[in-house]
Amino acid sequence: MAAEAECVLSARGIRRTFPGVRALDNVELQLRAGEIHALMGQNGAGKSTLIKVLTGVHAPDSGSIELEGRPIRPASPLHAQQLGISTVYQEVNLCPNLTVAENIFAGRYPRRPWWRGGGIDWQAVEREARRLLTALQIDIEVTRLLSSYPVAIQQMIAIARATSVAARVLILDEPTSSLDADEVRQLFAVLDRLRRQGMAILFVTHFLEQVYAISDRITVLRNGSFVGEYRTSELSREALIAAMIGGAIAPATSASDTRDASDEVRSAPVLQAQGIARKGQLQATDFAVEAGEVVGIAGLLGSGRTELARLLFGLDAADSGAIVIAGQRAALHSPADAIACGLALCPEERKTEGLIADLSVRENIVLALQARAGLVPYLSREKQEAIAERFVAALGIKSASLETPVGQLSGGNQQKVLLARWLATEPRVLILDEPTRGIDIAAKQEIMNEIVALARAGMALVFISAEIEEVVRLADRIVVMRDRRKVGELPGGCGEHAVYEMIARH
Amino acid sequence: MSVDATSARSGSGGRARGWPRIDPRYVPLTVTISLFVAMAAAGSMLYDGFFAPQVFLNLLIDNAFLCIVAVGMTFVILTGGIDLSVGAVVALTTMISAQLVEHNGVSPWLVMPLVLAIGALFGTAQGYLVQRFRLQPFIVTLAGMFLARGLCYLISTESISITHPVYSAIAQARVPLGGDASLSVSAVIALAVVLGGMWLAHATQFGRTVYAIGGSEASAQLMGLPVGSTLIRVYMLSGLCSALGGVVMTFYMLSGYSLHALGLELDAIAAVVIGGTLLTGGFGYVIGTLFGVLILGIIQTLIVFDGTLSSWWTRIAVGVLLFVFCLLQRLFEARRS
Amino acid sequence: MRGETERERSLLMRWSAHQLFWPAVTLAALLAISALVNPSFLRLAWVDGHLQGSLIDVVNRAAPLMLVSMGMTLVIAVRGLDISVGAVLAISAAVAAVLIGGSLDAGTAVQTSRFPMSVAIVGALGVAMLCGLWNGLLVVKTGMQPIVATLILMVAGRGIAQLITDGRIITLYYSPYFYIGNGFLLGLPFAFCCAALVALAVHFALTRTALGLFIRSIGINPVAARVAGVRAPLITVALYVFCAFTAGVAGLIVSSNVKSADGNNAGLFMELDAILAVALGGTPLTGGRFSLAGTLIGALILQTLTSMIYASGVPPEVNMVVKAALVFAVMLLQSPEFRALLRRVAFRREAENA
Repeated sequence: MAAEAECVLSARGIRRTFPGVRALDNVELQLRAGEIHALMGQNGAGKSTLIKVLTGVHAPDSGSIELEGRPIRPASPLHAQQLGISTVYQEVNLCPNLTVAENIFAGRYPRRPWWRGGGIDWQAVEREARRLLTALQIDIEVTRLLSSYPVAIQQMIAIARATSVAARVLILDEPTSSLDADEVRQLFAVLDRLRRQGMAILFVTHFLEQVYAISDRITVLRNGSFVGEYRTSELSREALIAAMIGGAIAPATSASDTRDASDEVRSAPVLQAQGIARKGQLQATDFAVEAGEVVGIAGLLGSGRTELARLLFGLDAADSGAIVIAGQRAALHSPADAIACGLALCPEERKTEGLIADLSVRENIVLALQARAGLVPYLSREKQEAIAERFVAALGIKSASLETPVGQLSGGNQQKVLLARWLATEPRVLILDEPTRGIDIAAKQEIMNEIVALARAGMALVFISAEIEEVVRLADRIVVMRDRRKVGELPGGCGEHAVYEMIARH
Repeated sequence: MSVDATSARSGSGGRARGWPRIDPRYVPLTVTISLFVAMAAAGSMLYDGFFAPQVFLNLLIDNAFLCIVAVGMTFVILTGGIDLSVGAVVALTTMISAQLVEHNGVSPWLVMPLVLAIGALFGTAQGYLVQRFRLQPFIVTLAGMFLARGLCYLISTESISITHPVYSAIAQARVPLGGDASLSVSAVIALAVVLGGMWLAHATQFGRTVYAIGGSEASAQLMGLPVGSTLIRVYMLSGLCSALGGVVMTFYMLSGYSLHALGLELDAIAAVVIGGTLLTGGFGYVIGTLFGVLILGIIQTLIVFDGTLSSWWTRIAVGVLLFVFCLLQRLFEARRS
Repeated sequence: MRGETERERSLLMRWSAHQLFWPAVTLAALLAISALVNPSFLRLAWVDGHLQGSLIDVVNRAAPLMLVSMGMTLVIAVRGLDISVGAVLAISAAVAAVLIGGSLDAGTAVQTSRFPMSVAIVGALGVAMLCGLWNGLLVVKTGMQPIVATLILMVAGRGIAQLITDGRIITLYYSPYFYIGNGFLLGLPFAFCCAALVALAVHFALTRTALGLFIRSIGINPVAARVAGVRAPLITVALYVFCAFTAGVAGLIVSSNVKSADGNNAGLFMELDAILAVALGGTPLTGGRFSLAGTLIGALILQTLTSMIYASGVPPEVNMVVKAALVFAVMLLQSPEFRALLRRVAFRREAENA
């Protein structure tokens, strides 16, 4: 590779503010021809905002973007695409009901001359699609429906479409999140070929291994600010993590530290799953949690951790296996059944699966309690207010009033309302799926302290987080998952490295 | 069809061996056509005189307007929308035609293009409301239906018969097909509309965008397809087809009446669904709609030939078919996801 | 002074933000216009032990629509839709008519019913609720879109109604049955009393049980409601059954009122009127925030409008055009895109003036 490749896209001094939040502050990004550039940062670092600025979803408040030396102002994703910036998203933005060939050429079909009947020249469409895919060494049948191929292949078809429009820059927004190792390898082969053709590629991912496997350079963002641009070969993993995290976070009081003395309360598991499985989501898995214990579930995205939580809570029906709650075999056909057995789940998707945005804080807090009680008796307004007030005070929920629609609260407070909803039902087992995602550091700390306090009070907790460091810090016992199955267990306080090692070894 | 074993999802695991492999895309269409053939065979075996060319040609002749309207409806449903105004627009077309030709003495050759333009304009307006203001197609076309029927009543509450020689001449004209068999002009128009619809759906950018919108409107937008204008044009096409259906109905009924084509929108939707088009959009074929119309027609013919069954069994039979096909669609969707 | 006008303005703004504000203003305006055109419109008289007047006429005629649109409101609130209510109404009327029976004996009506009237009423409502159960189960169990699921019964329903009456229009001669659609209770039309009773019962169920909370939860976010343990399928099915029940009651009223059951035309366009009443009442057709009172006002608006048109001498056929115009106006005003457009236009004009 040349010492310094030509700079294709350069963004300088990008600022973007949203009401109350400075999402991007003086951010720089240079993409060079024939290079794969990784964009790294924790959740909330500003990666997705930067991509939205580059693809014309958001306009920057200030700063400049230059494409091959000319200043550009993309106004929409389509405009950006016409300028030469193509994007492939995590969710494939193609039409599942059209064929592969059509998906590649939709909108710019070759036409037959009028003397041959006019209209779309399907033979040319298929021939061109085959040629394009062959060039990327993707061997699939172009006349089949897009939906007949797995997501990984769809992803590559999206790349084929993106690159066929004379793109100079290709942005890949977390394309590997839902892919397995083999699929990632196939995808990287395609990226490598594009790199050799001189494409400038921006690659956003959570996975460190992938960054080191494929990227040439890394730009790190933190809290909306530009931290630095590095050559991948010159940046150690430790240095990268340090750049992303930016100094140590105050360690939470770990449940294991404070619970050593109360080991005698340990009893039979409150919730036990024996070989539960669901086709395409989770392979047969055993799982148990005891009263007063925090069990962490660690694993990468797509490892089956959320799927396990959903099966435990009756959100999805298990194909096989049994769930035993407090020694009794339980048949969970719906969340309502699970709640009746004393289970509770804070789901991963707070907005879509957790809160009822237009309902008030009070109504959101009492909802699960009331749902368990049924239509009658209906909690009186006074009782509802008393319950809501108690939890607002206990969890420090900041809201103008109990009647404020919960959608108007900040992410951290929304998460606390969700927690309050479940605490109001006084569950035996509380499953928390990513309770700390997308909320500020202070709220995160408060929620983690609350978890420890709850366990100390005798509740069984299941804590799921993508931040393996958090899981290690909080859990008494860690269940490690990978590829939709449990690969082992580790004791609490074992260190992040042990978890990574276990994931890597299996 | 070549299959890449490593990348193709194994969706054929449950299929019985020995059966010819049908592309899943063509399953609903195959079911529809098989059903039609089965019904035709059953009728031929049960009733004397059923198995005659003219009986089958009459299916098309008697349902020409339904066929034309249903082709327009197919495009709307392919985008995931619905057009409830079609029956009312047919009635409005017959009303305007009758009023202008009979009471105002306008030449039929002027009236016909005029009513087609009115229908297209009506559809365009509905499409604009759906697209520009993100209104539900269901409610917009519902209001359109009220409007069109109301306008009919404003012209006249009575039926106006059409006696103009041009209309009666077209009504009586027959295209001989050898033997005693013949087709009416309306049926020929209907066949032409089906062929035109097939070409539009398969071979044009417009048609493919219709399918793309039905598959995923958001993706179609991101792929840079002209989603907005296509949506409007789809409703325009449906309005145009409805008006053409109305013109054909004036040939058939030789009158304009505000209660013509009452409930035609339901028949058209039923024909499209029975023809194998997915009500959520994205899957379906215009040729399927033709067979959907023929199945509705053959139910009526079977009931007429039977003689002991009353006419309301048609509605019940259509309802049952609708139920079965909707269930099949759900199974089809469930298997895809 | 200035502070006062500002306070007034903010009061007005608070009022106008209320869900019921525009429906109520519309109804009041219509009533005022009617009263201006025809001063006797608002007059009520006590004749033969009951109230009489144009207003009583309006609420009496509005009763079937009020009933059906209440059922429709709750179904729409949970993101559903029931377009089979007209057909269910016809089925209920047909069942009642067949069970009551009726014949002329030498030109005089035979004053006996085939079955006791209570059996006829329970039978009609039972069949209607079975229709609702069918709709609800289709929606919940197969996951069909509500409009598709209820389309099936909409298509087949009128055939079933004709099947029940054997294709005839059954004329009724049993006078006790006429009380439902023509009688008076406590000086008010009995049909209106039925609607009021159902409205009270629903109001009670919504405020004294958790039903209101659950319906809003399901309507706003069905997934989250399920995760919170709300038994959404059960509630949804129950609401479709209730909707069909209201259509069944309306069927009794309509058949009693016109003293016959016509499978083809009873309750024709009822589904459209009911949806229109719901929309006019300020309930978004996408579910969630619903208003029962708004719907009742919406139904009254439609009936007042119809009465006005009939009374004004304009051909009654204009009614459909007016209704269409109303629907267009209401849905445009509910559309965020249209409001944004209005705001832009208003803003531009202000800027030009300044």
